[in-house]
Amino acid sequence: MGAQTVALAADAAGLSWRPLLLQLGGILLAGILLAVWLVAADLTPTERTTLSPASLVVYTREHLALTLLSALIVLVIAVPLGIILTRGPFRRLTGPVLAVVNIGQAAPAIGLVVLLAAWLGFGFRAAVTALVLYALLPVLRNTMVGINQVDSRLVEAGRGMGMSALSVLLRVELPLAVPIMLAGIRTALVLLVGTAALATFINGGGLGILITTGVNLNLPRVLVAGAVIVALLALLIDWVGRVVEHLARPKGLS
Amino acid sequence: MSDKAPSTQLPDTGSGSSADGGRSITGASILLDKVTKRYPGQSRAAVDGLTMEIPAGKIVMLVGPSGCGKTTTLKMINRLIEPTEGRIVLDGDDVTGINGDSLRRRIGYVIQAGGLFPHMSVAANIAIVPKMLGWSRDRIAARVDELLELVSLDPVQYRDRYPRELSGGQQQRVGVARALAADPPVLLMDEPFGAVDPITRVRLQDELISIQHELQKTIVCVTHDFDEAVKLGDWIAIFTEGAQLVQYDTPERILAEPANEFVENFIGSGAGLKQLTLTRVNEVDLQSAVTAEPGTLASDVLSRLDERGHDHAVILDSRNRPLQWLSRRQLSRLERIGADRDARLPLVGERASLNDALDIMLVSSVGAALVTGGRDSFRGVIDVETIMDAISKAHEHARTSHAHGKPVGINTNSMDAITAPRPAGPEPLPPEDGSRDGE
Repeated sequence: MGAQTVALAADAAGLSWRPLLLQLGGILLAGILLAVWLVAADLTPTERTTLSPASLVVYTREHLALTLLSALIVLVIAVPLGIILTRGPFRRLTGPVLAVVNIGQAAPAIGLVVLLAAWLGFGFRAAVTALVLYALLPVLRNTMVGINQVDSRLVEAGRGMGMSALSVLLRVELPLAVPIMLAGIRTALVLLVGTAALATFINGGGLGILITTGVNLNLPRVLVAGAVIVALLALLIDWVGRVVEHLARPKGLS
Repeated sequence: MSDKAPSTQLPDTGSGSSADGGRSITGASILLDKVTKRYPGQSRAAVDGLTMEIPAGKIVMLVGPSGCGKTTTLKMINRLIEPTEGRIVLDGDDVTGINGDSLRRRIGYVIQAGGLFPHMSVAANIAIVPKMLGWSRDRIAARVDELLELVSLDPVQYRDRYPRELSGGQQQRVGVARALAADPPVLLMDEPFGAVDPITRVRLQDELISIQHELQKTIVCVTHDFDEAVKLGDWIAIFTEGAQLVQYDTPERILAEPANEFVENFIGSGAGLKQLTLTRVNEVDLQSAVTAEPGTLASDVLSRLDERGHDHAVILDSRNRPLQWLSRRQLSRLERIGADRDARLPLVGERASLNDALDIMLVSSVGAALVTGGRDSFRGVIDVETIMDAISKAHEHARTSHAHGKPVGINTNSMDAITAPRPAGPEPLPPEDGSRDGE
């Protein structure tokens, strides 16, 4: 029976890699199709300048910088905050804090971006601040949910064996919360990639410029190219997130 | 601390007395001294002025209806729940004020379903406390294997498994191994066998009894199952609401002389049947049987049956293990006795309770069972009359005798709660050692 269980587990692991490979294949295929179309299409000089490989690389790099810097700041704020909010005396603050963070998520992203720009001035910093506020919720909420869903009997078993509260947090609660926390971080990243396209409105850079240019100058091909690149980037980041989740998932969890 | 039963017929459940086993007690005594737990916002105390002595090397079962405070009492011993008032004394040391984490590393703790950490392998789960105590890697690895063997799991096969790859019973075993990892003198168990199926539960209980026989720890175990308490406990403490201790005595005495109506109701019907779980097969006189080896002529065996006036013959292999149990009719059909093993033989281990033996003999066609001892070797035959005799003797004995070395158990706020059933005057109060009533 034992060997069978192990074999089943291995099967499950093998199966769950397949969707990941399919996702990567799809992204690569779409990317190649886009590249082929860009090369083959009969573009106007304006379009050709906007969509030149060199400028695409610059825009993408800016976009990724926005996304990753915001994500990093979100992690630094939301993960410790989420942990603190699951500790005994701070539990009662959970409701109010979630309500505040919800505002960031519930406010229209474009409004948030513009409002913050009015306050902080146009540019990269305002864009990052807006993105951070926007992506805080999923990470914070999943950190808390992840820790709270750990069976309280396991916490008690740990304390009952003489593990300190900190040790139980680090060796039991957090490892078991990892899958849910990572799912929250991935959600935040995907949100960020999409929302970072709005940074262009406040001169924050990124791939959004393709979309605004496409709209303003009535260049539908630039618009479509920009939208598709943002979407592919989001899917790619989602894929990276899934791979990390797959690898970081503690062994022994089904 | 020896409470050797005055008669060999009287069961000494589980641990066996140290006098005959030659094993030394490694457990430590525990004293709850006027312990009270009040939760803020509740008018009634969850545990109210409980004084309870838990003798070293014994299994003490805390039983009672849910919400009676038995789990709170248990968790105050390792201070997972801090008492509001009172002292906890472990092995003579007042541990009420010391660091809770280091106290808990000295006390094994087993919860329902084992409470194993799902992201750690079996070995890593067991190694938690030794690691915290700073043991060397080699010592931990050796200890893990030793413990897995103790709980009847093959180390090679199980040490690297994850909990989800184990059955419920196996998880519970690892839970016990984990609690024993640093060889603590005291083991606390909170409804340890509540989450497994009845058959596995019986096996785990039997294993706990044999582990305890070997290790002689002090075990405090919470259960709501009175039968489990009777089976495992050297002493049973029955609680009602507010952790009021209604009766604290040996299983035999509680069954024979329930303190009041509450205890009677709690015992439920069939106190006589429950006595059966208290006596082990090796404590009653077994009947001998005609035995033979494979290859013998059936007619020889038949004539030996005639000589002894028996109806059945037990066929044993070269290592004295029962192979078949043949009636006269079966023998008359054979020329020579074969060497096949009959898988449906009614076998019962000599450490099984009479209750288990009765179960087995009721389903066997013979109405009796074969008793086996160490390495499954044949010991004798047990039948219904043997059992009836044993019950009436044990019951009579429990009624007329008082247990020696009876530990103190009392709620300070209600002096009469425990002393009611006892003919003698009020229970002498602690100090811990002057409390023995030498009846």
